[in-house]
Amino acid sequence: MPTRFLSGPDVARRIEGTLPGAVLAAEPQWTEVQPEQLVAVCTFLRNDPELDLVFLCSLTGVHRLDHFEVVYHLQSLKLNHLATLKAKSWENEEPELPSVTPLFSGAIFQEREAYDLLGIRFQGHPDLRRLFLWDGFPGHPLRKDWLGMPGQRMSGLQGFPGEPGFSNEGRG
Amino acid sequence: MKAEPFVVNIGPQHPSTHGVFRLKLSLDGERIVDADMVVGYLHRSMEKLAEERSYTQNIPFTDRTDYLAAMTGNLAYVLAVEQLAGVEAPERAQWLRVIMCELQRIASHAMAIGTFINDCGAWQTPLMYMFREREKILDLFEMACGARLTTNYMRIGGVSRDIPPEFMPAALSLVKELPQRISEYEGLSIENEIVVARARGVGILPAERAIACSVSGPMLRGSGVAWDIRKAQPYAAYDRVQFDIPVGTNGDCYDRFLVRMEELRQSTRILEQALDSLPEGPVNVAIPVAIRPPPGEAYGRIESPRGELGFYVISDGGPAPFRFHIRSPSLINLTPLREMSIGMTIADAIIILGSIDIVVGEVDR
Repeated sequence: MPTRFLSGPDVARRIEGTLPGAVLAAEPQWTEVQPEQLVAVCTFLRNDPELDLVFLCSLTGVHRLDHFEVVYHLQSLKLNHLATLKAKSWENEEPELPSVTPLFSGAIFQEREAYDLLGIRFQGHPDLRRLFLWDGFPGHPLRKDWLGMPGQRMSGLQGFPGEPGFSNEGRG
Repeated sequence: MKAEPFVVNIGPQHPSTHGVFRLKLSLDGERIVDADMVVGYLHRSMEKLAEERSYTQNIPFTDRTDYLAAMTGNLAYVLAVEQLAGVEAPERAQWLRVIMCELQRIASHAMAIGTFINDCGAWQTPLMYMFREREKILDLFEMACGARLTTNYMRIGGVSRDIPPEFMPAALSLVKELPQRISEYEGLSIENEIVVARARGVGILPAERAIACSVSGPMLRGSGVAWDIRKAQPYAAYDRVQFDIPVGTNGDCYDRFLVRMEELRQSTRILEQALDSLPEGPVNVAIPVAIRPPPGEAYGRIESPRGELGFYVISDGGPAPFRFHIRSPSLINLTPLREMSIGMTIADAIIILGSIDIVVGEVDR
């Protein structure tokens, strides 16, 4: 049986049953939870025998221009299903989120990576240091406004050559 | 009297670190009391660069993350984009993907086993044996796509080109001789005193710690957890082939080595079936060069030789990914290195690192 993807509303319903008020939003693909409740929600998801989400597949930090979000992919090895959890921080300079390292040791390096490249501070991480870049590196390069490009975003690839409005200006 | 721990730096330039990787060990006499790793010497900021390049232009980056297994890197990324764009590769391409990935797994595991025995102290000879089969596989890659290491073979919606007529006979003769070669390696190494004395009972990782640390691939299976994404979430044509998942019992370096050895056999088994059932037909579907997947996100993952290789791609409807994240098994498999090394000696730490089988290009990205 291939991996079953638990839908956002399904996960939200189960969380709400134990931790009312913890869910902020539920989309078909993911569930967004209160940052303050994140550790409690993960503890519930991990320990609940019907969910058994014991394996943290991946932890990704994303800069969405006006906020930061961290995406958790949680997998059950016994029941073979996968759930996607999100937590957001609306603080733009020094975003903070609780660390899930007490539950998932596998987050140690992944949170350090998100701190290094996006500057998300994980409260409760045992050893939050830069991972790839050296101490004293200016800023956090995966942020969209790194280098202070106009429009608060790296110019990036806006279109394809030959398309109307395509410009190669500002591309490295 | 209490003495300060003595700090030894292994690497970044050291033959046993398999790349530019630095291991900082604090020692009390012979015993390791703390271990820290310093990575980033090979950081090329691929995730940032990818945000400025179109979806197709990003495929070559995936060759250069895990440069010992470029085919699997290609596949994980194109699967994520296919999921995002709603594209399905034709049947022949699905089978070609299986063939290439299993060849790649054999080539990569051969290197992993060879360097591991090298680390144990059987200097160079076993490694050179492993290179013999790896060369033949790289020759096959060269036939299929013109490159040996940075293959850039998979495309969104298929593969870049069909295999040439000389590929099949060469692949079939390789698959025919592989079982005998694997027995030869097993005869040389499994009972070998050098390997057994150095690896058995060293670097034990219990199953519950392996799961907590998000370890994947042969390392997780070495700890006795039968978890393989080819079985759990079959991609390409893996749902139509028969194979077994080898697992270890003690979770030590020796078990991880045995699991890789057995996976060589299982990959050969998959190859036999895949070469036999390769259908005729097109190898890719026409997709626009200027592909703009609808806004959304996708997590594509596969079982690479090192473990769960995942690509988390977010599209904002533009020509380039909004976010391109690589879940690299090499980096995450290093998580339990510290706890496995504490209490051991330097010589053991080298074996433990060798048994994790990292590729620094993938650790640093």
